[in-house]
Amino acid sequence: MPSNKTQSFGSIRIQEQDFSIETEYALLRKGKLSNIGAICTFTGLVREFGDRKDVTGMFLEHYPGMTEHCLQKILDQAAERWKLNDMTVIHRVGQLTLSEQIVFVGVSSAHRADAFAACEFVMDYLKTEAPFWKKETYTNDSQWVEAKQSDQQRIQKWSNNKT
Amino acid sequence: MNILFFASLRELLETDSEQWLDLKGAQTAGDILQQLKQRGEPWVSALSNEQLIISVNQEVSNLNTSISLGDELAFFPPVTGG
Repeated sequence: MPSNKTQSFGSIRIQEQDFSIETEYALLRKGKLSNIGAICTFTGLVREFGDRKDVTGMFLEHYPGMTEHCLQKILDQAAERWKLNDMTVIHRVGQLTLSEQIVFVGVSSAHRADAFAACEFVMDYLKTEAPFWKKETYTNDSQWVEAKQSDQQRIQKWSNNKT
Repeated sequence: MNILFFASLRELLETDSEQWLDLKGAQTAGDILQQLKQRGEPWVSALSNEQLIISVNQEVSNLNTSISLGDELAFFPPVTGG
């Protein structure tokens, strides 16, 4: 979807250090205009998955430059599709341990329908398009996570239902 | 031309990047891929994966995408962020 906007929408941060949801929420709440009626946030965490008991955490690799560029396109598409006030995406990289925060998506809008939809849209597209790769780490070895078919299928929803 | 490799592909090839000063006649991303495969193993197996993704100047592309010397190419497996 081509964008006619000359200005990029929202803010994107790729970083190793953890983030504070309270801080990010407060920033979204301050807002750019006074017509914020809804704020929706999502946080993704490192969970213990698979059968192995010796999972120690997860390593996140990314393609510097392309990740920001790709996420910006996704945010711009969300802003064209819904009426949004502001949006923040933060994705951590590097070595993380179980239960750590990986990703944050926050969006402010006048109405909840736009906020909910935009938040989910950004997460669904981030998972299928943004160049990050996860590697599960165990006590003595590690293994790259495989991309999931279900993530590709979730994208269909956004083409079929143009709201 | 800068060629980058990421994730499991980077590990298989034991390199994350290389620089080419000469395209040796290559005109498309597919031509570059062919030249890399001419190196034998592990290049042939690693780059024959049908799920391999190719990007040119940080945009997802395909084998037919034209390339020039100043471009940045990258090869990587399906993404798993978020």
